[in-house]
Amino acid sequence: MLRIKNLKCYYGRIMAVKGVSLSVKKGRIVTLIGANGSGKSTILEAICGLLPQWEGEITYEDISLKGFDPPAIVKQGISLVPEGRLVFPPLSVLDNLKLGAYTMYRKRKHAAVKQELENVMSLFPILHKRAKQAAGTLSGGEQQMLAIGRALMSNPRLLLLDEPSMGLAPLIVEKIFQILETLKNKGITILLVEQNAQAALQIADHGYVFETGTVVLQGPASDLLEDQGVKRAYLGKDYGEFYDDK
Amino acid sequence: MSTNTARNRISYIIFILLVTFAGYYINNSYYLQVLTFIGINTLLALGLNMLMGYAGQISLGHAAFYGIGAYGTAILTVHYHLPPWLALPGAIVAAMLVAYIVGIPTLKLSGYYLGMGTLGFGMIVNIIFREWSSVTGGASGFIGIPPLELGSISFSSTKNYFYLVWGFVLISIIICRRIIDSRVGRALRSIHDGEKASAAVGVNTSRLKLQVFVLSAGFSALAGFLYAHLVLFISPGTFNFIASIRMVTMVVIGGMASIWGALLGASLLTLLPEWLHAFSEFEMVVYGLILMTVMIFLPRGLTRGILDIVERAGKKHDQ
Repeated sequence: MLRIKNLKCYYGRIMAVKGVSLSVKKGRIVTLIGANGSGKSTILEAICGLLPQWEGEITYEDISLKGFDPPAIVKQGISLVPEGRLVFPPLSVLDNLKLGAYTMYRKRKHAAVKQELENVMSLFPILHKRAKQAAGTLSGGEQQMLAIGRALMSNPRLLLLDEPSMGLAPLIVEKIFQILETLKNKGITILLVEQNAQAALQIADHGYVFETGTVVLQGPASDLLEDQGVKRAYLGKDYGEFYDDK
Repeated sequence: MSTNTARNRISYIIFILLVTFAGYYINNSYYLQVLTFIGINTLLALGLNMLMGYAGQISLGHAAFYGIGAYGTAILTVHYHLPPWLALPGAIVAAMLVAYIVGIPTLKLSGYYLGMGTLGFGMIVNIIFREWSSVTGGASGFIGIPPLELGSISFSSTKNYFYLVWGFVLISIIICRRIIDSRVGRALRSIHDGEKASAAVGVNTSRLKLQVFVLSAGFSALAGFLYAHLVLFISPGTFNFIASIRMVTMVVIGGMASIWGALLGASLLTLLPEWLHAFSEFEMVVYGLILMTVMIFLPRGLTRGILDIVERAGKKHDQ
């Protein structure tokens, strides 16, 4: 569904992603894990057209995304839940959600927007309760639900999530990840960038481990969960045991 | 009918009633002229408010579009003998075209840099008004602008002009309100709150910023047209850097992202100099002090500040 080949991303003269290749199959959850600054979020920005400076190939459903701007990417069926949620604080929950369907309104698909709104509200009943409340007054977890709901409003086939667990309590994180599994069961493909490697690998089918802009390890998520190097670096487990073995 | 639509309709009816009563009961031509200037300034503030208050993009050069509207109609009516009502679309289109051309490179900037970019543009246009004497009359100004007429109705009477200006204000308020309540309005506000997130949901942020810049230039040009045919003489000093700053002050003092805030800001900034004549040479000092006090005690502008005071009073009363 999504194929990235030899991707190099730049911030000015600095190369943040150094020749990454990866693929995301339809209906799967794929996670990118790694430390801060390892280039995971940069890849999402490149896919979404938010980062203009990149080389290599990004193809989605066999269409090259080179030169696509963010609205064109959304119209292709790709939607991003940005890092830090980035809801629009003074706007109501309902207005935030309607903004998610901005490209659909353009096509005068009012009935489809209404349907999506109902779908999102049933997935996140709390948003229905808070529909008229300003988004800035929601709790962190509710804002994350709103950010996911807003991304779903454009009826995406590929959902990109950037650190959805950031700054949230463990119970809320669990809830958010359950929702991601529900979305997967509904047929939505998910590319998940996470620092919470444990939680991400538990729900993912496949994972890529990043370090300083390159993929250092990849494989089925269940294998990565058992990998000693991953455990040592990202899961905070068996450090002593691994160290002693060496 | 949604609550918003009902509320808007009620506010339009109140607005029409107030304007009608003011026009009917006020016969002093000085007061009518001051109210007419408030209307013209409201048009300026309304346009800039769409750009600054809703889309979050600062412009320190909007007086240039005000000037293009005024000089545009002056040139078309005096040099080319066009009837003023035909010069109106010409002046507005000219300002919007300039805004489009200037906006493409300028709106790539943001924050202070956008402020500086627009400031530079405003200054260049003002120099053109001043130096292109053969067309604009130069520093000594442009004379002989004809008064407005519509069939048998002459707008050389202060009262008729008052109604005309406030009619345009009402139409402009309705246009702005409709934009703000639409998906485009939501997108504008989303740009204000976070351009990256706005782009992520599929808003073409650069195009929308350019469109609102062009729209606000159109409102400024309309104000310029009405100003030119009211005073019948224009000079570059009216459209200089200070005028741009006054427009920004109207928006900030009235309350950003508020239609009625634009009206309040324009009213205060027009009335204050009239009230402060009594302070003679200290006029500007008192003027500055009042603006500082408003900003310190009502940092979100008059509209929000007044609403907050009313809400607090209501809560106290309930207790």
